Amino acid sequence: MAPAPILDVRALWKSFGSHDVLRGIDLSVKPQELVFIIGPSGSGKSTFLRCLNRLEEPTSGSILVDGVDMMAKSTDLNAMRRRIGMVFQSFNLYPHMSSLGNVTLALRKVLRMDASSADAVGLAALTRVGLADKARAYPAELSGGQQQRVAIARAIALEPKIMLFDEPTSALDPELRGSVLAVMRDLRACGMTMVVVSHEMRFARDAADRVVFVEEGAIVEQGPPAQIFGADAGARTRAFVSAIER
Amino acid sequence: MQRSLFIDSFLRPELIARYTPDILAAMLVTVEIAALVVASGLALGLMLALVRSFRLRLIDILIVAYVDVFRAVPPLVLVLLVFFGLPNVGINLPSRAVLWLVLSLVLGAVAEEIFWAGILSVRKGQWEAARSTGLGFAQTLAYVVLPQAIRLTVPPLTNRTIAITKNTALGSVIGVPEILNVATTAESFIGNATPLTMGALAYVLLFIPVVILGRWLETRFAWRRA
Repeated sequence: MAPAPILDVRALWKSFGSHDVLRGIDLSVKPQELVFIIGPSGSGKSTFLRCLNRLEEPTSGSILVDGVDMMAKSTDLNAMRRRIGMVFQSFNLYPHMSSLGNVTLALRKVLRMDASSADAVGLAALTRVGLADKARAYPAELSGGQQQRVAIARAIALEPKIMLFDEPTSALDPELRGSVLAVMRDLRACGMTMVVVSHEMRFARDAADRVVFVEEGAIVEQGPPAQIFGADAGARTRAFVSAIER
Repeated sequence: MQRSLFIDSFLRPELIARYTPDILAAMLVTVEIAALVVASGLALGLMLALVRSFRLRLIDILIVAYVDVFRAVPPLVLVLLVFFGLPNVGINLPSRAVLWLVLSLVLGAVAEEIFWAGILSVRKGQWEAARSTGLGFAQTLAYVVLPQAIRLTVPPLTNRTIAITKNTALGSVIGVPEILNVATTAESFIGNATPLTMGALAYVLLFIPVVILGRWLETRFAWRRA
């Protein structure tokens, strides 16, 4: 019996005024799967990701996270968002708090942990991303790669069921990307379900279970990396992949 | 003893001695009213800016209307309007209360704009990061957005606060015994400018600490940015 999907998206539409950004996306993600979403700029990949925790309001369609209907009025959105970890292209760390403060804010205010428990959990998360020694540092004192790793720690401290990555390395200099990708690989090895929007094709080839090619708001093709990056891929897919990998 | 004309006109020692108690008492009045104006004006401005963050269209329109009026009309006009107008609708406030009320409303309008600009300047990504970890709207405002917004507001706020509190001098036209009133009354009584000089010095003495406090606040609230 196949495990129930962690994420089940059906017929997701998103329009900004008359402009349709997402046209009926269906996507199902199994536990522990790493799904990689690729596609040209403006294809709606980021918008899709942001609909999953309703940072963007879908125009129509259904989104089930761990069996819970994200669109239902009765759903406690804040509680659900704790189960969905999100990592942003521009990190979005709180500049007025230390790394540990960033990681523990939600633990203290949402989960209402006391300071010492929160610090312990926060320190554990920072250790997982290799930055325990930077617990007291402020974001301005960290490199981009370190900031993004703190952002990942902030998300995993809440022990989410699924992690969403919106172009996590796009704002980083090439030499800093490796540290972030290493953390993502480690997360995957520990069994985290991940949906990643990114242009890091090598990472996709190595680590993804499934690659989804999105163009103009619709899924063109999806399958294992060997299929999408190989010679058997559809014409549009091959065109995009060869353009990116040049 | 031959005294210079300048000293005799502006700093005659006997008059300084005679009017120092009055000026000191007036300084107390000025400080008292100014402190109350700052407290209530900033509180009002912050509260209105917070209400605006809920983005309710009708409320926004009302707030903007209030702010525009109180920023456009000269405070002196407002003081006279309220002082002479309120008794006509049956409200009799002492002149100090009128001064405090008008200046609080003016500072409230200015402060609201500054706080609102501060809130708007916090990048959307900060809201998104906080909300995506499960923080509610109010929690995000309280722990993530406002701390960042307020640090940006300290320099313009200290400026505007000093400007508004100097306007306590407007109390002189409605009989509040603050510095300008006492100084001009004495000057017209004795025909010498010494009390006015004392008044000016009184303002300087009062506001230097405020300016220093403002500068200290500005440096203290600047955190290191990347």
